[in-house]
Amino acid sequence: MEFAELIKTPRADNVVLHCPFHLAVEGTLCLTGHHLIFSSRRQDNAEELWLLHSNIDSIEKRFVGSLGTIIIKCKDLRIIQLDIPGMEECLNIASSIEALSTLDSVTLMYPFFYRPMFEVLEDGWSSFLLEQEFELLSSVTNEWRLSCVNKEFSVCPSYPPAVIVPKSIDDEALRKVALFRHGGRFPVLSYYHKKNGMAMLRSSQPLTGTNGRRCKEDEKLINATLRSGRRGFVIDTRPLAVAQQARAKGGGFEQEVHYPQWRRIHKYIERFNILQESFIKLVEACNDQSHNMDRWLSKLEASNWLTHIKELLTAACLAAQCIDRESASVLVHGSEGTDSTLQVTSLAQIILDPRCRTIRGFEALVVREWLQAGHPFQQRCAQSAYSNSKQKWEAPVFLLFLECVWQIHRQFPCSFEFNEQFLIVLFEHAYASQFGTFLGNNENERAKLKLPQKTMSLWSWVNRPEELSRFQNPLYEANSLVIWPSVAPQSLQLWEGVFLRWNRPSKFLEEAEVERINIIKYNKELQAKVNALRRQLAEMEADEEGREEP
Amino acid sequence: MEHIRTTKVEQVKLLDRFSTSNKSLTGTLYLTATHLLFIDSSQRETWILHHHIAAVEKLPLTTSGCPLVIQCKNFRIVHFVVPRERDCHDIYNSLLQLSRTAKYEELYAFSYNPKQNESEQVKGWQLIDLAEEYKRMGVPNDYWQLSDANRDYKICETYPRELYVPRTASKPIIVGSSKFRSKGRFPVLSYYHKNKEAAICRCSQPLSGFSARCLEDEHMLQAISKANPSNRYMYVMDTRPKLNAIANRAAGKGYENEDNYSNIRFQFVGIENIHVMRSSLQKLLEVSGTRGLSVNDFLSGLENSGWLRHIKAVLDAAVFLAKAIAVESASVLVHCSDGWDRTSQVCSLGALLLDSYYRTIKGFMVLIEKDWISFGHKFSDRCCQLDGDPKEISPVFTQFLESVWNLTEQFPQAFEYNEAFLLQIHEHVHSCQFGNFLGNCQKEREELKLKEKTYSLWPFLLADQKKYQNPLYNPEFSPELTLLEPNTVSFNFKFWRNMYHQFDRSMHPRQSVFNLIMNTSEQNKQLEEDIKELEAKIKRRNGQSYVVLEKEQEQTAHPAPVALKSPPCFQKEQPAVPVSDAVRTIEGSNTADNRYSELASEFSKAEPAVVSLEYGVARMTC
Repeated sequence: MEFAELIKTPRADNVVLHCPFHLAVEGTLCLTGHHLIFSSRRQDNAEELWLLHSNIDSIEKRFVGSLGTIIIKCKDLRIIQLDIPGMEECLNIASSIEALSTLDSVTLMYPFFYRPMFEVLEDGWSSFLLEQEFELLSSVTNEWRLSCVNKEFSVCPSYPPAVIVPKSIDDEALRKVALFRHGGRFPVLSYYHKKNGMAMLRSSQPLTGTNGRRCKEDEKLINATLRSGRRGFVIDTRPLAVAQQARAKGGGFEQEVHYPQWRRIHKYIERFNILQESFIKLVEACNDQSHNMDRWLSKLEASNWLTHIKELLTAACLAAQCIDRESASVLVHGSEGTDSTLQVTSLAQIILDPRCRTIRGFEALVVREWLQAGHPFQQRCAQSAYSNSKQKWEAPVFLLFLECVWQIHRQFPCSFEFNEQFLIVLFEHAYASQFGTFLGNNENERAKLKLPQKTMSLWSWVNRPEELSRFQNPLYEANSLVIWPSVAPQSLQLWEGVFLRWNRPSKFLEEAEVERINIIKYNKELQAKVNALRRQLAEMEADEEGREEP
Repeated sequence: MEHIRTTKVEQVKLLDRFSTSNKSLTGTLYLTATHLLFIDSSQRETWILHHHIAAVEKLPLTTSGCPLVIQCKNFRIVHFVVPRERDCHDIYNSLLQLSRTAKYEELYAFSYNPKQNESEQVKGWQLIDLAEEYKRMGVPNDYWQLSDANRDYKICETYPRELYVPRTASKPIIVGSSKFRSKGRFPVLSYYHKNKEAAICRCSQPLSGFSARCLEDEHMLQAISKANPSNRYMYVMDTRPKLNAIANRAAGKGYENEDNYSNIRFQFVGIENIHVMRSSLQKLLEVSGTRGLSVNDFLSGLENSGWLRHIKAVLDAAVFLAKAIAVESASVLVHCSDGWDRTSQVCSLGALLLDSYYRTIKGFMVLIEKDWISFGHKFSDRCCQLDGDPKEISPVFTQFLESVWNLTEQFPQAFEYNEAFLLQIHEHVHSCQFGNFLGNCQKEREELKLKEKTYSLWPFLLADQKKYQNPLYNPEFSPELTLLEPNTVSFNFKFWRNMYHQFDRSMHPRQSVFNLIMNTSEQNKQLEEDIKELEAKIKRRNGQSYVVLEKEQEQTAHPAPVALKSPPCFQKEQPAVPVSDAVRTIEGSNTADNRYSELASEFSKAEPAVVSLEYGVARMTC
């Protein structure tokens, strides 16, 4: 297919662009296969807007006489308005945008066409391999092994080719366990707590069904992670009733009789359309400036967004507490093990593991616990809060995770190497990107699409020194401790950097942030200068002594 | 002290207010003439001033002892368990007596001795000079003059002696107008904007009833409006909701009839009265004090309390006022019922938006002295300094501070002072430790001879300035008379956690960006001085030998061997450049502190002994 077929009017003049809190600008609008480009063509610092079609969540058009107006709502929650003279031009442009922003073939997406303007220093596609992760693990324990049982994606289509499992369990057993777990997602190592040797595993639900099927290998696998005489915890992210109902459909949960050494805790985490609705409601509330106080608060409440945040943080803290405080191993799963499970395991690692709070470590966490673990990004992030499509597989699961990280970041602002901007960039790229990283639903699909060969990795770009400096937190000082966030409602806040980003002028807040950074930078300069002067003085004194003595 | 029967109780438990696992500290409780003191086993002290106590409650006896709950006006809530009921009863009774004072002379301020000599005391009281302040604003001038009408508090007891009025307002007009205003509080100048030649004036409601008029009052308003050469009309802002104002008419009070006054634009702004505010705060505290609170209960409780709605209403009114002056150059007359609550809020906030002087530490003190203390905001009644009518209590001043805090959040670089300054002022408005806020009006303060018998708070705050400075403050942010235009869309108003949960440590971020920046900024000043000193030393030595200077670059590149040669100097280096540990407090935190409420029940094998050991932050989480 040629993009040109979809673009009937590639260019329109005298278009007026309205962005919130900016003066309207007149200029020229151009459509290309992947971008909407607006240029004011003014001499003075010409304003340009490059908008990826894939970032467009929905568009609306209106007409007053022959002046058409297109309102574009983006997946990053921004809303812009274009006034286009001429009804035909406007209609053409609107229909082109609509078509180009909803291309159904992945291979037509921008990442397959994007050619980076920068030199690639490190290929992000091979920056985070499970083999490296396993090497690190091997240096502290030999109880685990790297299994390639899923090399051909035949045992579990949503798992990566290599996984880490208890050493005592062979591939044959893994194949049997896979048959006993939903989607073949047998329990694998998610995190190893060096401090006490406890492990966090993740999987999908066991397929016990109504007649209480059991699988000896499954029991053996997870029991292999227990210290003798110690108990473990299964954290099921569904309420008991839902877990019980799941049996009717062939699913189920670990029954006490077969798993006597495990205690099951049901910690409910919302999923799918409930989350999507919550997201839509929150964005609606934030976008309406006319709400009086009561209405704003009740809309905020009705969205339930912060409730989901609190529940998720609580569940993650629970998992972390089992490991760190109760010295128990933990198995986390819900139904499929691709959403709430990953939220819990990845957040628990943020709490427990200082490495995950560094830039590199956080990237590794996202790769390991989200991309390789088979969170279906393409389905979940197909649309954002403005879409009307209401597909049941769309849900802001990853955004919720990022927000929880932000909430912990707020409470421990010096313990993270990255800043808020880094989290926002990950949010943006999960929904629309020039990079191939978040395309596809799992490693299997990515391999089939040959993404590493045909597209650029987000990490190749982010990890360039120039870019990294934008994401560094000047307050960072490595904190090797476990960080327990407060989950009291008074301690949680609305993530203004995402939800109010386009709804209020932020100039003063940004200037204040710059000032904070300047104070820190200045401090470093001063310290260096003082040290240099001291040394100079010391040398002078030494010289004098030297001169006096002989 | 006749009220104190038991001065010391041992083995008292201090419970964590929000903990679901009955976490507690054990220690000794001491009762002194002025404070209640708790010292826990790790020698940490909790001091509670008797005057800060708003309520004491004895709960039913439990197996571990007799619970005693103390609520403070600074929003601290402590929950003790006293082993013996008798002791608890004694302390309860003593606190009841000690926290209720019948006479001003028994307040802490009259016994507080900060070791200042007499001249320091006098100087302290002279620190804020309102005559100087009016001069700074630009009055007296061609249009405004100092009136001696109230020199002996004859016209209005609750106003200060010195009042500024339009030159054209003669004594008969003043007297006539004051008779037509509730409590005699006739229109006077509160703030003069010299660039716009417009004024903020304040008064109480007119005694208009359904149809009464007063020519002198009408003249008075006309005089105000004529004192502004740049605009013909003036605004009259009634800060009450319209319904309340109408209801007041039946009692012979009310609001200005636009037909009777020439060139006024009348406007209601709908701030609720002291009773609504009191119960609003109470509801807010009930919600925020709930254990195991869910997000939705918190948000709906916040909504139902109406607290943020009231804060927004106050700030909206101030924005209206400031814009009338800055944009339209129109003078504004502000009143509510008596003109000492809402009027003080709106006038002072309006001036704060208009004049950057009030955004400095000294300027803010002046603003409080002027619009709150001198114009007779009834601090004694509103803060319940003496045992009095509970219906007179209202958090009007707290709302003012909260509004200012909201502004500091929106304009982080516009204020010289920081949040700690606001919290400290709030603390002392209730502490009765200094004379400034005692009493209800200036006349009463003079009768109490506060300037001789007590000390002023302001010099103490100024001496401690470092703590209250905003490290991000940029004086050039807003030149002298530029308007601060806050965004008052609802989502900008947040729950002020640092005020209402000031003492609930577990709810706050474990690492404070604010403190870090404060300390770093402080350290920067020290480093700058060190550099000067070092450079001077080097210069002196260079007089002896020039060679070293040229080698400077090279030397700094290879410092190690040099430093080794001269230990004394290197030793000095370390303390003078504090290792960042001093500045940054790296903390982990505690699971038990963070109310994952359901966990307590999940782990049947919870060991209370271990839990209480964990109180020391970070100790357990290495």
